[in-house]
Amino acid sequence: MPNSVIAVNRFGLGGRPDDRLPGDPERWLLDQFARYDPVSAPIAAAPRHRDVMRYFGESTGEFLVESERIREINLAARDGEAMPAMDDRRAEMRRAMLRQGRDFHEAHIAARVASALTSTTPFIERLVHFWANHFAVSIDKRETLGYAGLLEFDAIRPHVLGRFEDMLLAVEQHPAMLLYLDQPTSIGPASEFGARLGNRPRRTLGLNENLAREVLELHTLGVDGGYDQTDVTEFARALTGWTVNGLMRQRYITRFLSPDAAPGSFAFAPELHEPGVRRIMGQSYDQADAAQARAVLRDLARHPSSARHLATKLARHFAGDEPPPALIDRLASAYRSNDGDLSAVYRALIASPEAWVEQPVKFKTPWEWQVSASRALGQDALPDTNVTRLFTQLGQPVWESGSPAGYDDLAGPWAVPDALVRRVERAGAMVRAAADGRDPRQLAEALFADRLSTATAQTIAQAESNGQGLALLLVSPEFQRR
Amino acid sequence: MIDRRRFLSHSIAGGATLAFAPQLAWARAETDRKLVVIVQRGAADGLATVIPEGDPQFASQRRIFAEEADAALPLDGMFRLHPALERLKTFYDGGEALFAHAIASPYRERSHFDGQNVLETGGAEPFELRDGWLNRLLTLLPGRDSRALALAVTVPLILRGDNRVGNYAPSVLPDANEDLLMRVGRLYDADPELHALWNAAMDTEARAGETAARRSNPASLGALAARLMTGADGARIVTIDTDGWDTHANQTGRLRRELTGLNAMIGALRDGLGDEWRDTLVVVATEFGRTVAPNGTGGTDHGTGSAAMLLGGTVVGGRVHADWPGLATAQLYEGRDLRPTLSMDALVAGAVAAHFGIEPQRAARVLFPDTNARPIEGLVRA
Repeated sequence: MPNSVIAVNRFGLGGRPDDRLPGDPERWLLDQFARYDPVSAPIAAAPRHRDVMRYFGESTGEFLVESERIREINLAARDGEAMPAMDDRRAEMRRAMLRQGRDFHEAHIAARVASALTSTTPFIERLVHFWANHFAVSIDKRETLGYAGLLEFDAIRPHVLGRFEDMLLAVEQHPAMLLYLDQPTSIGPASEFGARLGNRPRRTLGLNENLAREVLELHTLGVDGGYDQTDVTEFARALTGWTVNGLMRQRYITRFLSPDAAPGSFAFAPELHEPGVRRIMGQSYDQADAAQARAVLRDLARHPSSARHLATKLARHFAGDEPPPALIDRLASAYRSNDGDLSAVYRALIASPEAWVEQPVKFKTPWEWQVSASRALGQDALPDTNVTRLFTQLGQPVWESGSPAGYDDLAGPWAVPDALVRRVERAGAMVRAAADGRDPRQLAEALFADRLSTATAQTIAQAESNGQGLALLLVSPEFQRR
Repeated sequence: MIDRRRFLSHSIAGGATLAFAPQLAWARAETDRKLVVIVQRGAADGLATVIPEGDPQFASQRRIFAEEADAALPLDGMFRLHPALERLKTFYDGGEALFAHAIASPYRERSHFDGQNVLETGGAEPFELRDGWLNRLLTLLPGRDSRALALAVTVPLILRGDNRVGNYAPSVLPDANEDLLMRVGRLYDADPELHALWNAAMDTEARAGETAARRSNPASLGALAARLMTGADGARIVTIDTDGWDTHANQTGRLRRELTGLNAMIGALRDGLGDEWRDTLVVVATEFGRTVAPNGTGGTDHGTGSAAMLLGGTVVGGRVHADWPGLATAQLYEGRDLRPTLSMDALVAGAVAAHFGIEPQRAARVLFPDTNARPIEGLVRA
């Protein structure tokens, strides 16, 4: 039975103190589709793609000029003695770019948090986080630093209510994903450039299967989706030529690209593209250029295995770690009969009783817990000076899952002893910082209404202070699950 | 103000038994044996770790990695050890390290997530079993020997299951005050899941004491593991996750960094354990290997056969255990990977059974119920 507490906590991101529980839970969710803003105010205020690109573009340009100068000086100094001062300068430029990358990253996380805390369309905001985890990139690969958040802002937010195909195409052509999965330097062996390299064995240039494999395994069909190693290699060949403008170290790639193009933007280099017809999952692709891999992606998005894979993940997110097969079937069917329109899938989800079962179905991830705790305290932003480190401490650094599979959407990794201690420590610190005299009994009542257990209500009522009562509310069983 | 750590150490006597629920005692007695399992996530390149330099095809297959191979530490006429693993080389020289090569779990595809699932569950297929083999091992061990801990923010699948386990990762979040902790404990009394997690957490915090090492520092992590394992009430089984092994590009530098960390972690563990290293077995394993031939970006792609390690005072070491399949293209698995000739399940079942004095067939049945692994004998002293 649709229930307002379930709507706010399981579908949304948790209530805020001045919210009233919705009278019609299904209506409340459906109404968010029209009100959702892909560029929410905090996102609009964050460093945008052009800012990041301009910075890295200018720095890369300076770096290359500097490198060229060092090369010439070294050539002139016949004995090949390097100029240490010059190399120091180059190292300092690198360090500065790394620092700036971290600053962009921190600003993007803060914007993501602020958008989640202040959102009046928290169901859609949750879906953005869901898809960002589905298309995970991880900044432990340095090249994605500064770009990881932009993947979510620029490729996922605009398409979260649209067709999966459009999201897929936007994601796979985004610099963060291309850089993360080693695509920019993948070279077709029979391409113009590949053929010129011939069989020179010490050169480390050639085909890289990483993006192709993860698209098939993680982004679309799923590991049991019916593809094999030949499909991976063929798809990798189709993807050759997809690269990124303004790479810093790979001048053998950048010389094929326009020097005027914005660094960090998608590029297609025909000289790297493997010529010929590709055969993938029984389909032939005879397109000549970047259109070839795009056509493959479109077909993958429409494949029944993709429908099933995506339906399973959505069902797991809203109906529990072991989602009912009937729900998966219903979501997959909604996906197929609506040409991958995600809104249609969400509508089917909202209409499904399996997503509204009374008992909590999910143990909150550290991200979900922190966001709901801050919303409960009425915060619009996190007061922390280092938001990146906070989520690392809680056990779930943002855009840093360390794996293209993203974080597990299961209780196993999160419902563990140490994580619980961290939440208690964090709750204690939050209420110390927030101490605004709010009555924890009223807040508990406002957030959970008749779902509040007697044990929690009593423990809060007997707390030694308002602050302690709030901390206990934030770590209560009601608050740990959704 | 009461010191929180001291407060905890006084108040957890009840929690300790809950955290490590008594197991059924089998006929054998408790021992001082300890087991550490280090999982290398991302498919570590066994061919670059334990380098088959004596294979006539090696030089031509792996020309771009020649620099590391030349600097590597000689083991026997056939194999060399990666130059970053100098501490492990001293273990080898002292008879306390055994390297197993051309080894693989039963998994024969190339997905990390499925491969890790098989490595950790001990199943024949991905997602066939729901719990980890290290958790099932606990049912074979008497009382004290079954105390197990994951050194990680979350418990990895290898240790998840029906038997109660703990986890610990050092935190630099400010400590919550002791009164709050006590009330939280009461708040969870009525919730079985949270109650059990909380008791396990309080117990581990108390024993970890002041050694608040950061996970990102491999040597402090090794020292912390040793600290949590030493003494009569230390954990007997610990699992540590390492990652960063998925070297698709620029493998040489990245692998050197990861292996340097592994070397430092195990070195610090050994130093911290002191005399108790005598009773310790360390298993290092990865989900699968990497392609024999480098790819186009200075790295290697997902492969099949890899290398595993047995280290510690109980190991019958100083040797490389391998039925070498050869690196000529015709000898490779599917024409691209090191052909697996040794079963990971057989290695683990044989080593763990001897280490804890369990009948080998029984260990194999419980740890790897569906893979018909025949435990290898003579790896570890009984």
